Amino acid sequence: MKKVTYRNQISKVLGISLVVFLLSSISLFAQDEVAAVEAAATEDTSGGDAAKGKALFNQNCAACHAMDRKMTGPALRNVEARLAEDEGLDREWLYAWIKNSPGMIKSGDSYAVKTYAEYNQAAMTAFPTLSNGDIDNILAYTAAPPPTPAVATAVAGDVASSNASGGISNEIILGALVLIFGLLVMMLFLVNKTLRRIAEANGVAVVKEDAEKRTPIWKAFAKNQFLVLCTVIFLLLGSAYFAYGWMMQVGVDQGYAPIQPIHYSHKIHAGTNKIECKYCHSSARKSKHSGIPSLNVCMNCHKSIYEYTGTEGEAPSQEDLANGYTNEFYTGEIKKLYAAVGWDEENQKYTGDTTPVEWVRIHNLPDFAYFNHSQHVEVGQIECQTCHGPVEEMEIMYQYSPLTMGWCINCHRETNVKVEGNEYYAKIHEELSKKYGVETLTAAQMGGLECGKCHY
Amino acid sequence: MASNKKYWKSEAELNPNDSIVEALRQNEFVEDIPVDEFLGDKETLESTNTNRRDFLKYVGFSTAAASLAACEGPVIKSIPYVVAPENIVPGVANYYATTIANGFDFASILIKTREGRPIKVENNKEAKVGGGANARVQASVLSLYDSTRLQGPKSGAGEDVSWAVIDAAVKSKLNSGKQIALLTQTYASPSTSRLIEEFKAANANVNHVTYDAISEEAALTAFESKYGERALADYDFENADIIVSFGADFLGDWQGGGYDSGYSKGRVPKNGKMSKHVQFEANMSLTGANADKRVPLTAQFQKVALAYLYAKLNGTSAGGEIPADAQKVLDSLIAQIRKNKSGAVVVSGIDDINVQTIVLAINEMLGSKAFDSKAPRYTRQGNVKAVQSLIADMNAGKVGTLIIDGVNPMYSLPNAAEFKTGIENVDLSVNFSTNWNETSAVSTYAAASNHYLESWGDAQIKKGHYSLMQPTIKELFDTRQFHTSVLKWMGSDKSYYDYIKETWSTFVLNGSDFNKAIHDGVFVAGSGAMMAVSEIADPVMMAASSDKEEVDEMVDEAQMMSPSISISSAVRSLANATGADGMELTLYSKVGMGDGQQANNPWLQEFPDPITRVCWDNYVTVSKADAETLGVINENVANGGLDGSYVNLTVNGVTVNNVPVIIQPGQAKGTVGLSFGYGKKEGMKSEMQTGVNAFALYQDFSTIQSVSIAKAEGNHEFACVQLHKTMMGRGDIIKETTLEIFNTKDHAEWNHVPQVSLNHQEVPATSVDLWDSFDRSIGHHFNMSIDLNACTGCGACVIACHAENNVPVVGKQEVRKSRDMHWLRIDRYYSSEESFDADNTKKDDFDGLSGDNGSLGGFGELEDPSANPQVAFQPVMCQHCNHAPCETVCPVAATSHSRQGQNHMAYNRCVGTRYCANNCPYKVRRFNWFLYNNNDEFDFHMNNDLGKMVVNPDVNVRSRGVIEKCSMCIQKTQKSILDAKRDGRPVADDEFQTACSSACSNGAIVFGDINDKESEVAELKESDRMYHLLESVGTKPNVFYHVKVRNTTEA
Repeated sequence: MKKVTYRNQISKVLGISLVVFLLSSISLFAQDEVAAVEAAATEDTSGGDAAKGKALFNQNCAACHAMDRKMTGPALRNVEARLAEDEGLDREWLYAWIKNSPGMIKSGDSYAVKTYAEYNQAAMTAFPTLSNGDIDNILAYTAAPPPTPAVATAVAGDVASSNASGGISNEIILGALVLIFGLLVMMLFLVNKTLRRIAEANGVAVVKEDAEKRTPIWKAFAKNQFLVLCTVIFLLLGSAYFAYGWMMQVGVDQGYAPIQPIHYSHKIHAGTNKIECKYCHSSARKSKHSGIPSLNVCMNCHKSIYEYTGTEGEAPSQEDLANGYTNEFYTGEIKKLYAAVGWDEENQKYTGDTTPVEWVRIHNLPDFAYFNHSQHVEVGQIECQTCHGPVEEMEIMYQYSPLTMGWCINCHRETNVKVEGNEYYAKIHEELSKKYGVETLTAAQMGGLECGKCHY
Repeated sequence: MASNKKYWKSEAELNPNDSIVEALRQNEFVEDIPVDEFLGDKETLESTNTNRRDFLKYVGFSTAAASLAACEGPVIKSIPYVVAPENIVPGVANYYATTIANGFDFASILIKTREGRPIKVENNKEAKVGGGANARVQASVLSLYDSTRLQGPKSGAGEDVSWAVIDAAVKSKLNSGKQIALLTQTYASPSTSRLIEEFKAANANVNHVTYDAISEEAALTAFESKYGERALADYDFENADIIVSFGADFLGDWQGGGYDSGYSKGRVPKNGKMSKHVQFEANMSLTGANADKRVPLTAQFQKVALAYLYAKLNGTSAGGEIPADAQKVLDSLIAQIRKNKSGAVVVSGIDDINVQTIVLAINEMLGSKAFDSKAPRYTRQGNVKAVQSLIADMNAGKVGTLIIDGVNPMYSLPNAAEFKTGIENVDLSVNFSTNWNETSAVSTYAAASNHYLESWGDAQIKKGHYSLMQPTIKELFDTRQFHTSVLKWMGSDKSYYDYIKETWSTFVLNGSDFNKAIHDGVFVAGSGAMMAVSEIADPVMMAASSDKEEVDEMVDEAQMMSPSISISSAVRSLANATGADGMELTLYSKVGMGDGQQANNPWLQEFPDPITRVCWDNYVTVSKADAETLGVINENVANGGLDGSYVNLTVNGVTVNNVPVIIQPGQAKGTVGLSFGYGKKEGMKSEMQTGVNAFALYQDFSTIQSVSIAKAEGNHEFACVQLHKTMMGRGDIIKETTLEIFNTKDHAEWNHVPQVSLNHQEVPATSVDLWDSFDRSIGHHFNMSIDLNACTGCGACVIACHAENNVPVVGKQEVRKSRDMHWLRIDRYYSSEESFDADNTKKDDFDGLSGDNGSLGGFGELEDPSANPQVAFQPVMCQHCNHAPCETVCPVAATSHSRQGQNHMAYNRCVGTRYCANNCPYKVRRFNWFLYNNNDEFDFHMNNDLGKMVVNPDVNVRSRGVIEKCSMCIQKTQKSILDAKRDGRPVADDEFQTACSSACSNGAIVFGDINDKESEVAELKESDRMYHLLESVGTKPNVFYHVKVRNTTEA
């Protein structure tokens, strides 16, 4: 009976794998199609190279313009066609505008003034360095048909399939293993039972008699007092060891990775985009707190980064997708930021309606321990990663170090003080190195193990 | 057989049928144990069905539940700003310059804010005038977070109303024909003067009356009649060589206070010179305690003595007799003054226009360098006659609207009852105050006013010295300051900030930058352009004062006559001054409480009075001789507390009952003293309702009254932190010498290092060492220098330490049990003989146990302070011994020494054995007997969210069961070091500060690194006057003192 199920299970697994393979191959074809469409689009322009235009656009325009939505400036998809149709303006007007928009406004060009007024009188930077050819390229890029719909379906397919495959890889295999283990136990039990039944049928009952005659092993054990004593001592020592181990981890939250109100990925920010830690955690340079960045710091970039598009070929990876970290998911998190900071995307304005984000604090030092970030980061020039671990790889931030006193002390014993080029240390370094006869000094030698340095 | 022997406890047991015996045998206890009483009433006990087993189940379950719940760590939320203010970095303090001008205290200060919360008051070192914050100003930051503050406007009945209601009510009354009276504190503010002038111009019949709770009427009037401006002469005691004071507590609150830092500078012997200070007074005041020569004298004799002094200096003669000893001192003084006329200065605190006129005349006559009548102070403007006529107007129904700001007349007026009937006749009364008080209760509306740390404002403390008040936090509650309200009532849409800016750029700044003035907090009219500037600015002040006169013209008739009072007649009237029948009462204000505005401030309540060392009370001070006559006593009871008798004081038919008595050494015979500021009831927490209200006795606004005293029943329990009053001739605690010896003899003589015997040789105790010394010559080595000559005992450091280090307030009952938590105390010692020197001699001359010079009786005598003792103050905090006795006895190594010289205390390591406290020879360690935070048993400020906002985030809040003590502000030294490291530079000398050293505007406490040979403290350590406390113990402290030198030079 059981074996039959087992066989079915295998066929199911095989079946699902097949489906997955097929699906993923379909999506591969789909992506190929998209590429073909894009390639076609680039060729289909009047005297401009859309690929070059894309690069120029990202370099010069993307900070204030998007293709399909209003940002600081208007949406630019098909801008040339739109202007020609609505306003009757030609490419020459665009050349003039891009190269010297303030001049156009000053000269009183009606559409220029109108646009200027519409976008909160935010003047567009003049780009005199762009040649007409460059502008042609950009316009070609803006005129290219959007590749989005095809990509969207492809991605959707991708998601579905990868979800399925991820599921198989972990849960089903584990489940199967548990099942196999269970079956083995059951089989053992059955075999035993059958054997006994056979023995019974044969009229053999040797086992029981045997047991009655001999002294049971536990009785023998109990009678041997030395053995008992040894065992008791061993047990006590063992339990003391484990009790101590258990007690010492009380209050140590290494690996603590709470769910945050906004899924902020350090991996994307610090890893993929290589944003310097102290760009956001700026107070680590001058304060005892590293500081959770205020939302206006987020908005420095996220005013223009309104959606997550991932990096081609890298992110979101299969693993990310398996965890549900899709582009839409991340974009949704950016929307949460907008809601919190009160950013009206439609009108590119702050509404003033804010809801501060209640982050869950991960690194909690007890109140009686004083720790100063600037001392370590700025004076000691210690990498953030030394204590916080590979943050740039953390999708979800967790506590990397134990943050125990022993951990602090060890580091103070081993780490040399960065005395070079710091006038403060000049005198004390000279004197202390003479006293200890060493060239480099550890924090401990500078008095970094004294109680009062951290506890007051 | 023996075991069958029967013992009888009572004869009754012989009768086996006795029922009582039987009953007693059955019962375990003779009497019923009142189980029901402590378990609740019997009926409910019986009706409940919780039996013992259930109870155990509940206990078991709740213990298990509690331990399970404790397993999971709490989730801590961090909420960053949505839009971070540009200049706030979490964890980094910002400092803002502002000014306190609450009508009693005027000072330019810096406010330390953390994450937008003001947490500490610091001195504004850039201010030349009023840059020192006294204890009350230091404590004022806690009043901002007073949980009993008014959180919004209320009606007199205590119901919440909106500002619109009050505005509408006031506006409807404007121009109604009846008088609109503004009864306010002294502002000394150019902008306020201008504002009130404009308010007067816009509305008919406005009467502005300035009222000081503790009046300086006599001094103001005398100055006005002599110099034509209602102000107070300024004194710079630094320039004075001879200071003669007749009852002027100028180190306290005399004429607005703030004179101590100049005084202290003149008290430190430099080039063999220091000022000489002679004090004639009735109460033992802080100033008298610091004097070189103090003569206890009743106010009557003070007047005669002043007349005598004037006459002698003038070459004439005056009548009147003074006691012989005073006469002797006075004669010697006169001889000295004659030699150095311009170096002398005479001041007086007697509320008598004749006295004040003569004081001005003497200083003018001497051409005193310390006397400044050209640029006077404006910190008191109150006009008693105007106040009295306002009350009369109110009672006559002439006043339609009464706006009160910054004063509490129902509490502080001697004729409060009259004021009450008056205010009932006023159509509309609005009382601006931060707290609900006695006056709020009788007003139509209680307008919730801003704390000064939430307000804009300005002040001209001294002519030409301006300071600005800026808010350091947004209004915590729905409050509004008086000025904003007046602007609103005038229909102006200007903010008071704009108004100040306008005033300043028009009248004050003379082209200087307003933003720079705000940044600095102070602005001094440039020395070249000073006269011109003050002339421009003056019309503002002048207009205010002249207008005041107009209003008060009728009542001022008598006052206007005063210039015609000739000096000679003043002298005559003083010389003929007659004594009071009965006792003479001198009312005074304590440095810890002032006029009682901050009576709800637990730091100030627990601040021990520098002289009596009593906190949480006011009391009547009586001389020992009078105490014996009255039959009143002070006694120390078994639990270490001080108890005192009660008396009833009656002045002119007004009686204050049950005033506790303190027997005060140095109190002039025939006089008693009582301090203002206590006895407030309305709107106060019950713990803070301490003492009796002395304002009831402040009749005719005179601090000197004739009083009759009757002993009352009962004993008062004091909370006194120092029971032992004398030093018993132990000269190594406070070393004292005279200027003459100091100048002529070797320091080994007057600053003797104690000797110990080593190998049968007498060697200095400092040279003997039980331990191997640690080499501290590398890195920083912190030392603190305390100059006993510069320390006046004012106690600003005590409060500063409280604020900086989150020292808990423990309450009166705990202080009484000697459980006060002050990390820094100021010990006060009296001499038993006339001087400390005489004590030492007496002790040294003891010969044998009994007999005339026997030590048995002699030590007993030494315990009693003299009738007029010498007084010495000594701030004592942890001495941070290099060979600390506390460190060697700690079983868990919770206290240990650092290479920087600080004695560390790891609270989290402490298990509370208190061995360290026992082994500390200086008794500076404090034990947390209770959890003082988050504990409603200690309802002060650490049990509510508002009060906790004052807590310094860089310092632990200690829990129950641990020892705490002065850390030498390690959080501050560490910060200075870190700042230097970050900038990559050595630490500058003045960067190392402790809370006490930066609070000490007198320069008595200097802190620094002695390994920096250039530092001030290193230089001070080399001084001949340097000594360590209890040097013979060999603890090698890092705190050192400077021998007190008294200028007893005779003519």
